[in-house]
Amino acid sequence: MALTREQLAQRVAKELRDGYYVNLGIGIPTLVANYIPEGMDVMLQSENGLLGMGEFPTEETVDPDLINAGKQTVTAVTGASYFSSADSFVMIRGGHVDLTVLGAFEVDQHGNIASWMIPGKLVKGMGGAMDLVAGAQNIVVTMTHASKNGESKLLKQCTLPLTGVGCINKIVSDLACLEIHHGKFHLIERAPGVSVEEIIAKTAGELVIPDNVPEMTI
Amino acid sequence: MGGFNKVVTTYDEALNGLTDNMTIMIGGFGLCGIPEGLIGKMRDMGVRGLTCISNNAGVDGFGLGLLLEDKQIRKMIASYVGENALFEKQLLSGELEVELTPQGTLAEKMRAGGAGIPAFYTATGYGTPIAEGKETKEYHGKMYILEESLTADFALVKAWKADTMGNLVFRKTAMNFNPMAATAGKITVAEVEEIVEPGELDPNHIHTPGIFVNRIIKGSFEKRIEQLTLRK
Repeated sequence: MALTREQLAQRVAKELRDGYYVNLGIGIPTLVANYIPEGMDVMLQSENGLLGMGEFPTEETVDPDLINAGKQTVTAVTGASYFSSADSFVMIRGGHVDLTVLGAFEVDQHGNIASWMIPGKLVKGMGGAMDLVAGAQNIVVTMTHASKNGESKLLKQCTLPLTGVGCINKIVSDLACLEIHHGKFHLIERAPGVSVEEIIAKTAGELVIPDNVPEMTI
Repeated sequence: MGGFNKVVTTYDEALNGLTDNMTIMIGGFGLCGIPEGLIGKMRDMGVRGLTCISNNAGVDGFGLGLLLEDKQIRKMIASYVGENALFEKQLLSGELEVELTPQGTLAEKMRAGGAGIPAFYTATGYGTPIAEGKETKEYHGKMYILEESLTADFALVKAWKADTMGNLVFRKTAMNFNPMAATAGKITVAEVEEIVEPGELDPNHIHTPGIFVNRIIKGSFEKRIEQLTLRK
């Protein structure tokens, strides 16, 4: 079975390490915050100027001056800091964030990512996504492997306008966990109950398959 | 010390000299940390043909969305403009021009503009549509694009506290683009929640030194919340 949104977030959470500073994008990446392993310290960075993002507030603690990059009201954890947008992108562009998790429309076997613009549809903007992919050392893209019509989103070459070039090397899709190196996708794990054949069928880019493809643990 | 007293008491004084076709830089992220009263005053003044530099364009009926109602903005430089039906309509009809700029590049364009740096290289956007027509250069095996900095005729910022000399302190994530915008205006106007006497703000804790600020006005803020999200 393909992973649910929550299961995707759980699998991505396995990429977290104690002491990591992490930026989570909008959508499924945001859910990763719910699955930080017990006893692990992770500081969440929100690019509007918060390091140490906490959970959503209660009605009593809500503060219009404290929001995340999705403009949702949030709280700050002990040890948090506030800073300007320039400093925020010093952290991001300067490669100081340990792990960035973001969504995508398409990723290709060269590590290119398209995530912000669909020609013909209204373009709302890239926000911080181009800075995040240009600066981060360690990016995990989380996405559905194929469209609702079954068309692959893991391509030889992205068809949509790019967000960044040659910057992606790890993908957690609803079917598989893959890495990208030397211009090819490499299958690392498959979702529980998903066959290698299905992954092959839904991957348009070049795919390297090892002899043994373990099921992911969630 | 009269020479350093930057407090004005009316919005007319605060925006004196702001006229049609000017470039206005405005602090804020979404509706968080925006100079609400100064934006409202621009709407009331009816100034037109404005180029507005701000991360977002407000929502319908609030923030910079107010300036769309009578089509006062000619061009918007922003990173994300998704929350505004009127904006979409004017964009599609060609009445409004938009220059989408990556958020970190936008922040750095403002910072560099205020710092007297005309342009800078960044990896952000290399190989994407926003790199079209821009110079590229390789440093240490990585490709970068040349981005030009931004300044403005007026910078309008929102701070939590100011002293009468224009030293500013921001609060939580309402800081966002405000410190950079403050440095990049020929005239910088700060709308604040509280004005105190010099010496009351700890010099160790001032975010924006008064040298960047020309006028201060005490505002009253609605602080509308865009996405109220509570713990389940």
